[in-house]
Formats: sequence, structure tokens, C-alpha cells
Amino acid sequence: MAKIITDVVCPFCGTLCDDLEVKVSDDGKEILEVYNACVIGTEKFLHSQAEDRLTVPMKQDEEGNWNEVSIDEAVDYTAQMLCNAKKPLMYGWSSTNCEAQSAGHEIAELCGAVVDNTATVCHGTTLIAVQDVGVPSCTLGEVKNRADRIVFWGCNPAHAHPRHMSRYSIFPRGFFTGKGHKARKMVVVDPRSTDTAKMADLHMQIEQGRDYELLSALRVAIRGNPLPETVAGIPRETIQDVAETLKSGRFVVIFFGMGVTQSLSKNHNIDIAIALTRDLNDYTKAAIMPMRGHYNVTGSGQVLGWQFGFPFCVDLSRGFARYNPGDSTSNDLLRRGEVDAVFVLGSDPGAHFPISSVKKIAQLPSVCVDPHYTPTSAVCKLHMPTAFVGVEEGGCAYRMDNVPIETRKVVEPPEGMLSDEGFLERVLARVKEIKGVA
Amino acid sequence: METVTLTPKEQPELFIDAENITPNAFAGKNAAEIAGLSVFEGNQTQTLGQYFEVAGKAGATAEETKIVIKGDVTKVKYIGMRMNGGEIVVEGSADMYVGAWMESGSIHVKGNVDAFSGTGMKGGEIEVDGNAGNYLGAAYRGDWRGMQAGTIRVHGNAGSDIGTFMNGGTIIVEGDVDVHVGTHAEGGTIIVKGNGKSKIGGQMVKGEIYVFGTIDVMMPGYVYREDVDLEVDGASARFALFEGDMGERHPKRKGQVTYGKIYQKY
Ligand code: SF4
Repeated sequence: MAKIITDVVCPFCGTLCDDLEVKVSDDGKEILEVYNACVIGTEKFLHSQAEDRLTVPMKQDEEGNWNEVSIDEAVDYTAQMLCNAKKPLMYGWSSTNCEAQSAGHEIAELCGAVVDNTATVCHGTTLIAVQDVGVPSCTLGEVKNRADRIVFWGCNPAHAHPRHMSRYSIFPRGFFTGKGHKARKMVVVDPRSTDTAKMADLHMQIEQGRDYELLSALRVAIRGNPLPETVAGIPRETIQDVAETLKSGRFVVIFFGMGVTQSLSKNHNIDIAIALTRDLNDYTKAAIMPMRGHYNVTGSGQVLGWQFGFPFCVDLSRGFARYNPGDSTSNDLLRRGEVDAVFVLGSDPGAHFPISSVKKIAQLPSVCVDPHYTPTSAVCKLHMPTAFVGVEEGGCAYRMDNVPIETRKVVEPPEGMLSDEGFLERVLARVKEIKGVA
Repeated sequence: METVTLTPKEQPELFIDAENITPNAFAGKNAAEIAGLSVFEGNQTQTLGQYFEVAGKAGATAEETKIVIKGDVTKVKYIGMRMNGGEIVVEGSADMYVGAWMESGSIHVKGNVDAFSGTGMKGGEIEVDGNAGNYLGAAYRGDWRGMQAGTIRVHGNAGSDIGTFMNGGTIIVEGDVDVHVGTHAEGGTIIVKGNGKSKIGGQMVKGEIYVFGTIDVMMPGYVYREDVDLEVDGASARFALFEGDMGERHPKRKGQVTYGKIYQKY
């Protein structure tokens, strides 16, 4: 007899769906089926059962051969590396729980490290903008129940957040949105005709890199000021139409993704989008929300925020927290040769960072903590496999709208495997020994 | 005026934070005392003497002190940070945050400076013979007060985001600039002798930007007003005056609305 575990939280994307059901074998060791999740979410659960999964730490020797080592050796290597470095970089944190993040930060503080999360290559610019101009936001529950004007700017939820539209933003019938998608107007701004754009009432097919101009033009239109004939390839009349559509809504929500956070203008795209949201509040209710990627990147920002005051790229090398994207951000540090050791947990910079940064990781003492062998492990000196957080370990995670959700453990990890938090606790204890602190 | 000469000897393995390289920190000290001042390489505290040969002695006050750095200090950050009087000459290139939050005195860099130079500058002068990086004369992250007074002159090119949240002072770039000039500015003057790109004066409330060369794309919120004859930084010419950013709020003073102004040379 298999049993079904209900109310399972999906640890893949920032939508953090909390209505999954997982069928597990009687002994609680094997996942048989996953219900309600989208394909990516399902895959995340099933992948934890993959045959090629690593269960023992592996270390690279001078010649580049990989050898198995004990967990004690892995803990010691990691602790020594972090203690001996003048400025270690501790990167990742977005695919693990808040408990592990907090344990990692304690190590960072003791070792004078820089702690950075995946926002650095994704929504970090959003966080800069929020600090510059503030943010009127809301929860996804409010979106579901109240929003009748939805803008997707530079994001493609149909592929990146597959259940976002059905659970919160477009299709559901909420308390004040009983007609579901029929009563909602959907505007998509994207230079490409994506699957999300194809569903929109209005697709503004903007010229690449001109988001800042178009957002500015919408602000001008909302104030009723004159506009040039076209802005960013969009005719004036369309811009004025969209401005009217937004003004006439009862509740406008602007969702935006990496199409604007990481293209030309970066943080200024977001601070002007926030300014547009603020302007709209003169006429109706409006809110704005980043489409966060990793399921707990928001949590990493939260934990860093309440511990050190800044949401990413926190430099603790001087014994106090400093933060300046462009200086203390991972890629700037790596590219310029400002760090002398790299620790990665809960992300895969080997697959996502520019090759110049990855080459630098390969030259430095480095540790990768990940349930799988990834492109990052390939360039690191030590690979430490751990349990799947959110599948084999519970813990707190923050949804993209900053709502904390307790994730659930559904199966047991393989025999003898540590969780991320468990491994970090061991490293912390060893760091304290080396440093001679209580 | 007394002169202290710093000659780089050992290159740091990483980068160093050297906010103590200022006339105010050196004032009243002899060479040995100056060599004993702290600098920071990552989480290690070192002395200035570890990386520099120190010669000469400082004057009694910052005003009477001149610092000459003989060579490249491209791995040294924060030279002249919070400097308050006196003079610094760098006979090579320097790294980030040159003259950040400086209040008075002068800095002359004969090579290039990297990003964040003149951050939150409150007064004094910075002159760069080469190029400047991004965020020249901008605000520190989260601060709404960028450069407030003083002058920055760059003989070469500058990067993006110059004068963000600027509300006073003057930035002169004799070469070209990258995107975003004077974003969120609430005052101050930016003169670009070369070409601009796009996003010039976005979200600007007040202040003036002069562009002698081309502008790729004008922000949609700027409206052409009139032609004016002006003398700008020693050059007389005819400029087209644009006002904006019309999407942004604009305060009223004596019944008159203030706007940001972009002057483009014909
Ligand atoms: S939308 Fe995101 S959180 Fe929801 S099931 Fe799919 S991957 Fe998981």
C-alpha cells in the first residue's frame, strides 16, 4: 500500500506551490508519483531518486582525478579553506532552506567572507531599486482575489513559473474576481512573441533594451503629457491605450522578470517601473512584484536582511556588513580577482556565470555542496552531496511575494546523508575549533 | 606645504582598502608613523608600510599636506575617501571610490579611475587625465544624495550611471559617456563634451545636462523648448534646450514649475 502525502510544497520555483500531493512507497523511501505539480516541479521530486545521484563526498587531486573522501575530511577541508582565506566568497543559498542559510552566515561572519546569493545575476537589480525608491507590493493572495489588470514585463511565466497564471494571476476566480480570466486584462511587454505573450489581450513587442524609455513613456501618458510618435517601437496611441487600461482597473499588478532586470538599464528599469506603480496609485490600486526564480532566493534575501541589513552581496571581510553591487557582487569579485576561496551551496554558478568567472573558480580552493554532480562541481576541488531540501528535509522558504512557507519532508534521504544545515553545522563547529572560539 | 611620497612596492595578493590615504589621516605624522597606518586586505589588517615605501613627512594639518603616489595603484580602493583639505596626486591609475564623500581639497589622477569615484562628493576637486568608470559622482546605494558640490573633470571617457541622484556640483567629461546620465538628479550640472548614448536625464527633477556630441535616443519625457546661445566650460555655442522628465514629479517655485534641462549643441 502506497501512502499519499498532502499539502506538499514544491521546492523549485518562486511560486512555491503548496498544494502538491506525493505518493510514496510504504517504507517511505521511494516517491512513486507527484500530483498537481507542473512538469518542472514533478521532475525536481523525481530527480531526487535518480540513479546517478552522488552519496559520498568526492575530492579532486592535483592531477584532476576524483577520489572518495569521508564526510569528516570534507568538513575539515571546507573549514580549513574558509579559515585560511583572506576573502572567501560563499555563494548560492537560493535552493536551500532559511535554517541552512542562517548557519552559513554564522560561518561567513567568523571567517570574514562575502555572502552572495543568486539574486546577483537575477533580481539583485530589483533589490537595488527597492532600496533606492521603495516598493508598493502585495501578496499573491491579493492578486488572485482582487487584481483585474495584470502586466507581465520581461518575463515568461508560461515556461518559467508554469502554475503562476493558473494559481494566482490570470485564471483563478477569487473573492472579487469571480469571472476569472474573463474579467482580467492581460498586458505583456516582451521583444519576443513568447507563449505568455500569445495569451495576452495586448502584447507590446518592444525593441530590445528600450524598456526604460517605454516605462517612462507610460508615466508621461498617465500624467497626460505629450509623447513622441513612437517610443521603443510602440506607437503613441498604443501607449496611451495601455495607460488608460491600467488607470481604469480596480487593481493593477505589474510582474516583471529577468528580461528587464538584466537587460540595459538594469536597476533603473525597476525603479522607473516602481515609480509607474506609484503614479498609478493616484488613480487606482497598483502593486508590483518580481518573478523570483529559485524557490528560496527570496528567503536568502530575507535572512541576510535581518541578520546583516542587506539582501545580497554582503561583504563581511572587515568585521561589519558592507554592500555595494558592482563591488561586492560575486562576478565582480571573481572577474577582478578579489577573492581567494569559493564555497557554493544551493546554486550552480558553473552553469550560469560568465566563463571568465567560472575559470577563476577553477583556479581557487573551492567547495561545491549539491545533491547532484553539476557544472560547478566539475570546477571545484571538493564536491559534497547533501539531502534534497524540500524533498528529504523540511524547513522554511519564502515565496516570491515574501510569504514564508514551511516546506515538508516527503521521503528519507539515502542512508548517512547530511542535510545542508547539518553539513554547515559541522563546518561551523570545525571553524570554531580552528579559530579557537567557544 | 609638506609632501609625503608613497611608492608602491609589494602588490597585494587581493585588493586593499586604503581609506587612510588622505591628508587628514597623514597630518602631523612622520614617515614611520604614516607607514604604521592600517590598510585592509580582505579580512587581514596590515600597515601601509607593507605595500608602500613612505618618504617625507606630512604638514601639521590636512591643508598643509600633499600626498604623491608614484605609480599605479589599480589594486587600491578608497584613496582620498572623506578627504578634508590638502592634495593627492596619483601618478598612475587608481581603483574604485577615489575621493568618495570628499569634502574639500584636490585629487589629481594621471591615469584612470574605476567605478564609484566621487560617490556622494560634498566639495573639492577631482581631476582624472584618463577615463573614469561607472557611477562617477553618483549616490551610494540607497542614498538619495549623490554628488552635492565640488567639481569632477575627466579628460577621457566615463562609464554609465554618472551623476545618479546628483543634487549639486559639476561633472565635466571631455570624452564620451555610456548610458544613464543624471538619472534621478535633483540639481547639479553635467557637461559631456563628447557623445552621449541613451537614457540621458531619465527621472530627472532638476539640474542641467549639456551634451556637445550626439544623443542616440532622447528620453520620451523631454520636450523641445527653444534655442539658446551659451558659454559652457569656455566654449560658446548654440544649444537646443529640452525640458523634462515630464513623467516625473516637478516642484513649483514662485508659481514656476522647475524642470530638468538638457542642452544639446548644434
Ligand atoms: S509552478 Fe513552480 S512551484 Fe509550482 S509546481 Fe511548478 S515549479 Fe513547482
